[in-house]
Amino acid sequence: MLRIPCPHCGLRDYTEFLYAGDASKQRPAHGSAEWRAWYEHVFLFDNPKGAHLEYWQHVQGCRQWLVLERDTSTNSVGRAWLARQGTGS
Amino acid sequence: MIRGGTRLPSGGRINRARSLSFTFEGRQLTGYEGDTLASALLANGLRLVGRSFKYHRPRGMLAAGVEEANGLLTLGIGAGLTPNVPATSTELCEGLTCQRQNGWPSVEFDLMSITGRLASLFEAGFYYKTFMGPRRGSWMFYERFIRRAAGLGSATHLPDHDRYETCNAFSDVLVIGSGPAGLAAARAAGRSGCRVTLVEQDFLLGGSLLRAPIQSPDEELRRSLEADVGTLPNVEILRRTTAIGIYDGLTAVLVERRDPLRPDPAKGEAREIVITLRTGAIVHAEGAIERPLIFGNNDLPGVMLASAVRTYLNRYALTLGNRILIATNNDSAWATAIDVAATGAHVTLADERSTANAPLHEAARRAGIEVCLSTHLVQARGGRTVRSAQLRIGDAATTRWIDCDLIAMSGGWSPTVHLTSHTGVRPVHDAGIGAMVPGPWPTGVIGAGAVLGTGSHGDLLSDGHTAGTTAARWAGALGDTGEPQGTHQNWTTGWAKAVQNRARAGSKAFVDFQNDVTTDDLALAHEEGYESLEHLKRYTTLGMGTDQGKTSNAAAAQLMAELRGIDPAVTGSTTYRPPYTPVSVGALAGRSIGEHFRPTRRTPMHDWHLANGATMIEAGPWLRPYFYAWAGASAASAYVPEMTMVRTGVGISDISSLGKIEVQGPDAAEFLDRIYVNNFASLPVGKARYGVMLNDDGIVLDDGTTARFSEFTYFMTTTTAQAGEVMSRLEFLLQTAWTDLRVQVLSVTDRWAGMSVAGPLSRQALTLALPGIDFSNDALPHMGICEHAIEGTLVRVLRLSFSGELAYEVYVPADRGIAIWETILEQAAPLGIRPYGLEALASLRIEKGHVAGLELDHRTTLEDLGLAKLASRKKAFVGRELKERAELKSPDRWSLVGLECLDGDARLRGGAILFSKEDAIQGHGRGYITSVTWSTVLKKTIALALYSGGLRHEGEEIVCAYPLRNEQVRARIVSPMFIDPSGERLHV
Repeated sequence: MLRIPCPHCGLRDYTEFLYAGDASKQRPAHGSAEWRAWYEHVFLFDNPKGAHLEYWQHVQGCRQWLVLERDTSTNSVGRAWLARQGTGS
Repeated sequence: MIRGGTRLPSGGRINRARSLSFTFEGRQLTGYEGDTLASALLANGLRLVGRSFKYHRPRGMLAAGVEEANGLLTLGIGAGLTPNVPATSTELCEGLTCQRQNGWPSVEFDLMSITGRLASLFEAGFYYKTFMGPRRGSWMFYERFIRRAAGLGSATHLPDHDRYETCNAFSDVLVIGSGPAGLAAARAAGRSGCRVTLVEQDFLLGGSLLRAPIQSPDEELRRSLEADVGTLPNVEILRRTTAIGIYDGLTAVLVERRDPLRPDPAKGEAREIVITLRTGAIVHAEGAIERPLIFGNNDLPGVMLASAVRTYLNRYALTLGNRILIATNNDSAWATAIDVAATGAHVTLADERSTANAPLHEAARRAGIEVCLSTHLVQARGGRTVRSAQLRIGDAATTRWIDCDLIAMSGGWSPTVHLTSHTGVRPVHDAGIGAMVPGPWPTGVIGAGAVLGTGSHGDLLSDGHTAGTTAARWAGALGDTGEPQGTHQNWTTGWAKAVQNRARAGSKAFVDFQNDVTTDDLALAHEEGYESLEHLKRYTTLGMGTDQGKTSNAAAAQLMAELRGIDPAVTGSTTYRPPYTPVSVGALAGRSIGEHFRPTRRTPMHDWHLANGATMIEAGPWLRPYFYAWAGASAASAYVPEMTMVRTGVGISDISSLGKIEVQGPDAAEFLDRIYVNNFASLPVGKARYGVMLNDDGIVLDDGTTARFSEFTYFMTTTTAQAGEVMSRLEFLLQTAWTDLRVQVLSVTDRWAGMSVAGPLSRQALTLALPGIDFSNDALPHMGICEHAIEGTLVRVLRLSFSGELAYEVYVPADRGIAIWETILEQAAPLGIRPYGLEALASLRIEKGHVAGLELDHRTTLEDLGLAKLASRKKAFVGRELKERAELKSPDRWSLVGLECLDGDARLRGGAILFSKEDAIQGHGRGYITSVTWSTVLKKTIALALYSGGLRHEGEEIVCAYPLRNEQVRARIVSPMFIDPSGERLHV
């Protein structure tokens, strides 16, 4: 049972969350007409072994979207923060 | 009958004051409180407990714990029947019923034992060979025979009347196992002040200490440890509880068995409880499991693990033989020899090693044991019990036969590494003991005692104390944990390297008792190339079954390494997966059965529907009215009068399940403009608009209407099915990409009761029911909205139509839902208003050609659905770029059409595959039917479908094939708008 440290609700089971993939990818600006950028954003994902930044939403809690550090090789969980704070913090 | 065992007049850890009666194959027997089913059966003289999996060889108890491979019984009768339960780990309780299994016509006289003579049929890989190989044709012939012959007990088909529970729990330190190391760990962690959970699968604490005589230093130690731990209020001791799996995040799943407490399902008492325990640190103290020796006929009844013989003697006061052979390659079995000798039995001890531990040798000599060093057990002989054994001394060519009625064997010990590897830590080979030991500990996990193999310090109390203290510190507890208090030596010095003894003189030597896998099978698998242990397991079934190879895996790894001429460290082990021991499916399901299988959502008018003749249907998590009794007895007959009512008069239906989202803020208009393909910034206050949103990939995500109640306040509706996904998507965009937008979104689905009042008389109906609101076409035109307070109730009215008729959606606060619903029905009664259900609702929209979930299937584009004109060319919206992908622009894409049935009363069916008249009826066709109904207006069957090329083929005749019923029905492609294509009915 992956346990996610929600900044609002504390340590919670991952079953309360919705997963939404790689958080390090930069979404093209709204209205960007760069077809290639959208294509890469939507369809091309790395599958890294090790450190991974990812989006999780606490759907059964505060409903906030979080950025979570997770190691894909050990499934160990690091820090989590609100997605609205950005992915670099 | 062959004598299984005899109860001694005193001793053991049984309560002779409380005898328990139980039924074995119709016979009334008794045992004592503290017995297992195995010990009670042995005390009643039973030796033959079952027939083996493939060869139907007679088998007796092998062990005294969860590792038991042979002693599987069927417990209970009728609906409470459970097959394949190890008697050795089943606590005896009053009234228990059991029987043996896998014998035909009986276990005592089993005609199927002839399969032992047809052994070639059942060699390694016999399934694959008969099923796949050159002998494939023979599978058909043999299948029935093999299915009958091979196998164990049979499950019941009756529903389980027992109750099961699941629960969530938390603690700081979890200690698994209550042997000396586990108890010492629990005591140390408990003293630190943190919350400790100690789990023990047995009903007594003590682990290996329970094998010792009741007058012994070991028993004194056990009692003092149990007392120490018992006095700590922060240590929760869970007996009869098995940790079946360890998962990420220091989470353990425990199963507590309450059968011996005779739970009453009528009182809500659970038979088994699955506990998901989240903890701060884990101490593994599972100990080790003894390995059999491998020699000819090592599966005869009366051949047992030495530790089991000692347990039956000292814990259950049972003598199992008078002439006992102890065959070992390590020190631990010497203790068994010394204890059984004290009962007066004649004991021969054959140790493969050339030298013995001097104090043990001296103790054995004093006990009158005949000790034979450098001596191998070659084979045993007997029928339904062992009668003699052949010994070879040293490398001599000569052997010697001795008479015996019990063989206690020990091939060394394998640490119980199962749980330690569940999170992906591969166990590693410990050459010192010829077995696997846990790999590197992950953060927060530590081991203690025999599970460490030669990594144990030898002193189990110190081991456990250190681990318990460390775990408590990890969990943040700083209290003084005291001293280990005394010592208790592991038998580390005597741990055997590996199974050495395989001389067998032509008889079968079993490696895996439960699956009837012999040394010959391993050799054959090796010869045929199945060398990896994972392949070996699948090919021979070694390590499968209820015991999952607890007594066989180490020997198999060793033997395969020798066959391949490689180091056993390279052979490795198969992957250990949960559960450690079998779990009832009922326990895993817990209370999530029947109507509690998943949560159900009810609309505010739910009770009214039930009280007024509605038949309900599941729509996602929702229960919605399907049809009402006033219109008919089944959906197939009721929806026609319900539809007719809406087309000619007025009806009311419950649409509360639609997703409802409040969108507020100065940038709400901009936000809606971004997520919908069509323009919303231009939507005036007081109007609603139909909108479609796409995913980033350009595929349609959802549709619905959004109404603007004020400059900064919008009320969005989504489809029932997509409500949750849309809500998360909006939140995602606002919280990640568009954090600059000043917008709040809030799900208000449960806050509003929604009802659709539809039909040509709907204006009159609402004017009667809600007289405070002006429903005239001028005041409330098509797509107009208004908000009123009527007697303190806020009412929102949206003039929208799903059916194609004049219609209004009325939203009121959920707690006022029934009141307003009843008001409308009462006040508009003179107009003949009645409720209509989901079947009619869906049929009405098909006639109108409105798409719904069946068409919005996450594969269709705006063009596919005929909605391309909605998309704005003046603004950006989510999905705009990728909807232009070339493949999505192909003119041959499957797109929305209407179908009219040409074959009279024949049915079109949802899912039917569409072909042109010229096509051969094969393959995936040119499309399929998404939605079907009988049109009350057109008096024929109509359908919506996705068809390659769409309305370019309008007017063509096609074939709708339904291979499951071997049906082919003709239909014509028409516009999907079957009624009122110009929308005149909407603007009246």
